[in-house]
Amino acid sequence: MSQIEQILKERILVLDGAMGTMLQRYNFTEEDFRGSRFKDWPQSLKGNNDLLSLTQPKALAEVHTKYFEAGADIAETNTFSGTTIAMADYGMEELVYEMNYESAKIAKAVANKFTLSNPEKPRFVAGSIGPTNKTASLSPDVNDPGFRAISFDELREAYKQQVEALLDGGADILLVETVFDTLNAKAALFAIEEVKEVRDLKVPVMVSGTITDASGRTLSGQTPEAFLISITHLPILSVGFNCALGAKQLTPHLEAIATKADFFTSAHPNAGLPNAFGEYDETPEEMAAQIKEYLEKGLVNIVGGCCGTTPEHIKAIADLVGNYQPRKIVIPV
Amino acid sequence: MKERKPKYLQLSGLEPLVITPDSNFINVGERTNVAGSRKFLRLIKEGEYAEALEIARHQVEGGAQIIDINMDDGLIDGKAAMVRFLNLVVAEPDIARVPIMIDSSKWEIIEAGLQVVQGKCVVNSISLKEGEEEFVHQATLIRRYGAAVIVMAFDEVGQADNLERRIEIAERSYRILVDQVKFPPEDIIFDLNIFPVATGMEEHKRNALDFIEGTKWVRENLPHCSVSGGVSNVSFSFRGNTAVREAMHSVFLYHAIKAGMNMGIVNPTLLEVYDDISKDLLEHVEDVILNRRDDATERLLEFAETVQGKVRESKVDLSWRTTALQERITRALVKGIDQFIVEDVEEARQSVSRPLEVIEGHLMTGMNVVGDLFGSGKMFLPQVVKSARVMKKAVAYLEPYIEEEKKNNAEGAVSQAAGKILMATVKGDVHDIGKNIVSVVLACNNYEIVDLGVMVPPEKIIQKAVEERVDIIGLSGLITPSLDEMVFLAKEMERQHFQLPLLIGGATTSKAHTAVKIDPVYSHSVVHVNDASRAVTVVGDLLQKDTGVTYKAGIKSDYESFREKFLARTKQKEYLTLSQARANKLKIDFQQQDIFTPNYLGIKVWEEFDLGLLEKFIDWTPFFRSWDLHGKYPDILKDTVVGEQATELFEDAQKMLRNVLDQKLLAGKAIFGIFPANQVNEDDIELNADGDEYTFRTLRQQSKKREGVANIALADFIAPKQSGVQDYMGCFCVSTGFGTKELAEAFEKDNDDYSAIMIKALADRLAEAFAEYLHREVRTKYWGYAAKESLDNQALIAEKYRGIRPAPGYPACPDHLEKLTIWEILQVQESIGVKLTESLAMWPAASVSGYYFAHPQARYFGLGKIKPDQVEDFARRKDIAVEEAQKWLAPNLADS
Repeated sequence: MSQIEQILKERILVLDGAMGTMLQRYNFTEEDFRGSRFKDWPQSLKGNNDLLSLTQPKALAEVHTKYFEAGADIAETNTFSGTTIAMADYGMEELVYEMNYESAKIAKAVANKFTLSNPEKPRFVAGSIGPTNKTASLSPDVNDPGFRAISFDELREAYKQQVEALLDGGADILLVETVFDTLNAKAALFAIEEVKEVRDLKVPVMVSGTITDASGRTLSGQTPEAFLISITHLPILSVGFNCALGAKQLTPHLEAIATKADFFTSAHPNAGLPNAFGEYDETPEEMAAQIKEYLEKGLVNIVGGCCGTTPEHIKAIADLVGNYQPRKIVIPV
Repeated sequence: MKERKPKYLQLSGLEPLVITPDSNFINVGERTNVAGSRKFLRLIKEGEYAEALEIARHQVEGGAQIIDINMDDGLIDGKAAMVRFLNLVVAEPDIARVPIMIDSSKWEIIEAGLQVVQGKCVVNSISLKEGEEEFVHQATLIRRYGAAVIVMAFDEVGQADNLERRIEIAERSYRILVDQVKFPPEDIIFDLNIFPVATGMEEHKRNALDFIEGTKWVRENLPHCSVSGGVSNVSFSFRGNTAVREAMHSVFLYHAIKAGMNMGIVNPTLLEVYDDISKDLLEHVEDVILNRRDDATERLLEFAETVQGKVRESKVDLSWRTTALQERITRALVKGIDQFIVEDVEEARQSVSRPLEVIEGHLMTGMNVVGDLFGSGKMFLPQVVKSARVMKKAVAYLEPYIEEEKKNNAEGAVSQAAGKILMATVKGDVHDIGKNIVSVVLACNNYEIVDLGVMVPPEKIIQKAVEERVDIIGLSGLITPSLDEMVFLAKEMERQHFQLPLLIGGATTSKAHTAVKIDPVYSHSVVHVNDASRAVTVVGDLLQKDTGVTYKAGIKSDYESFREKFLARTKQKEYLTLSQARANKLKIDFQQQDIFTPNYLGIKVWEEFDLGLLEKFIDWTPFFRSWDLHGKYPDILKDTVVGEQATELFEDAQKMLRNVLDQKLLAGKAIFGIFPANQVNEDDIELNADGDEYTFRTLRQQSKKREGVANIALADFIAPKQSGVQDYMGCFCVSTGFGTKELAEAFEKDNDDYSAIMIKALADRLAEAFAEYLHREVRTKYWGYAAKESLDNQALIAEKYRGIRPAPGYPACPDHLEKLTIWEILQVQESIGVKLTESLAMWPAASVSGYYFAHPQARYFGLGKIKPDQVEDFARRKDIAVEEAQKWLAPNLADS
């Protein structure tokens, strides 16, 4: 049993909050994104947050530090779009390994510093594996529902490279998150399993889906329980939901899986639903009040924040979890 | 802090499908299968995918909970069609809400399908057909893609076509999947092959029943898995008669579901509600499905005429009427009660004019009931053997009267048996439990048996067959050299222009060996029969005057095609040269600290061992198996089908065991030795027994292994001489067989075959228990490397201890010749009297011999096939002719 599994049996762990929201506060310009290394890159690079691992490593380390100070146990790497598929938009496929590797290294260094100063509360790094910007089971062409813009094998190859780089950089956990198409996640899990086999290692894997709208289904149409069944064929540490909805809207979906999953459960919702200006304005207190309901109902083992959440939100959550027992797991016999 | 909940098969489309014990039967839609629907095939061929989608939609709307999609057709690009169709299906939320069954015989199509479906699918199917390696590879990938899997009851030898084979393959597949691949057991679904019944072929009569019983076994013995199948197959012979087919499907499902079948491919439009089937149709159909009567097929065919199209009222069945006396005799035979049989038979004798009429009338009527019940799985082997005991007593009582009549009336008093069958265990072999059971069952069915006993030389079999003018010759054998004896005898029969059918049976025999090695050398029928109930139908068919010729021709061509398929398959295996195999040996890093210096070195003899100590070491499961009762002890005693019978048998066995132990009817003797030993010359083990050098020759696996898997020989478990580490090994022989023969003969003289078979079966169990006991003594005391071991009998049976005791003639060391070396080192015959026959079987039969290896990494393995280079090398090492080596290793020779 890994150290993290052992700890999860004893207490609820806190995942960090949004990276993007924090990086926005730096107001980086196109030049800041490029740094000296990419000053002649032919495409515009502003908005390529994953690139900041190479060009603004200090800012990244600061964000991780703030979340750890707020009480987070797990920091996510800045690698949400770190695949050749997502980086094709910037023509930066060649840099994918390096971005993932450096991002994991930066987060791990900060985590180690905190662990050393307080060994009672070890800090972990979760390598963030996003959904890419293509879907394997939906057609982008309304006139040809049988068409696919990406294949399972293409996804698997891309994910494999990202996984290897994250592990080389020191990630303790792999977090397949914001799953809107289960088939993409299955390709990621397949790739992880291949890497695990070749390297003969056991790495905890978290899977987190996204319920996109009020219908209560993933973008690719699955109900939460169907999603759960579709991704639990391999050993995973936890399953849960993130993004898209606020904590309040996520509650029924968490309930749907919390009674059925044989694994730990996680939730990292957004800071409420975006307002008319596309901003998330749920305060730390408001969000914590919603999270409190998860805890009272015993729905989660890992909880944190997604879009719009800040170290203040995480602190409010971290202050709360210590008072509650973690969710119990029902294992099949 | 963890609670527990049961494991269920969980599948998903856009919505979940969780199959629990409370779930109704899961209906798999079959119309999107090019093999099953002509319309679907046409639409796919013509590229009319939109219309093809409508078929899928129609099925889901019609209640299919899973849809089976199959594109296996010679004229379609199956992979492209599968991907295209699945991509369209998943874009239709009202179809894609159910899980998909990806159905293909081609792995590339299955894998392509798995890559385009987000939900948890079912793969239909994989099997051991192409061998373990392929099976493991596919299962590993299926797990990684996240699908459940249907496993067909198919292996390297062929498709399971009887109960035993279904069980054997299911169990083996399950163990590989669960233990090796770590496949979740709840994601395993077995397809146990639904084959047609009422085909007119005798061997198809049990098809439905074998499936049902196999299903029950699987559900009871292989935890968490499911059972599925294609139901419409069962009614294949009634194509065109919808009413009968619908009834057959319902009846089959009714019984299969009760046995534990929880999903299947069923056309819902071809299904009648069980309770709505008219009573007489139901009875006729159930007779066929459950094989309740010999003439069930004929009766259903006749009846089917009247229900063509629509079920109609039919004439009332005439009920069979008996006298009270007949009922009593039948009951005595069915229940195996011999208490009143003599007085009943006497009463019968007085009621008829000639004593023979009692045998041909009263007794045969009763025995026919026994035969029917046995054939339909409602009576079990031990009961039939008990019935035979009653029958024999009755006949023995009548014999003086018949003799008397013969004297007075020279003609017409000769009983007409259904046929005469010679039974023999071949030269060099001493095992006869199975042969005796088959003899008894055949005798029950009115066949005259000429039993020549054990170790019968071929010339005697030939001579007796001619003298006695038998109709069939049955050969039995348990050890591997017996296989060659059978081939030899078949050749002799051919040379002497015999035309008699030859039956082959016994533990090492197989349909494969029969088809490949025996059938080609004899122009007439050769049939492999491995259980008593099949023996009756096979013999019946062979001797059938009208249809025998067709049946024989059918058998011949069946074996021929089986042989071709088998040979085609085995050729594909890859082998290493002996030196390559040696280079890939199991490399154990021998350290002095891993070697435990034995507390006792040298030889030890136990001449009078108290067998009472062995009682709790008996593994009862094989005991039940020898009586054709399948299931694990002690669960088998509570089994809903055979439990009652198993309990009764067990009680009888306990009674006899008490007698044996209390009155010391059998003698237990053992000898073992532990000696300094080292591995030399690659595959040999050099052993020093009191200053004399001996060498054991071991054989090395030669089939090509996966990366990281070694080609093992037993010698790998012993430290090489050049390592400088002094290692040790042991060898042993135990016997509990002294006295068995005499007891069995006494029982036989008393017409009590039941007890005669029982004592032999018990002696065998005691010998195995003795081997287990002695091994434990050696581990904990004499060698002493496991002084602290404390294992109960279950753990011993499961071989949870350190070290192994492989036996020459068994999979790790199939070469029987090494027994001679054991006999020489230990002076076995001189010390405890256990002899070796010319085929190197041990006499008495209830004996066990073998080696002891103690290294923690020592484990059991199967040698598999070896190539000529190793045979030649082995012959050189043993200083024997290559031909002799080939003879002894025949079952393990790969085709060059």
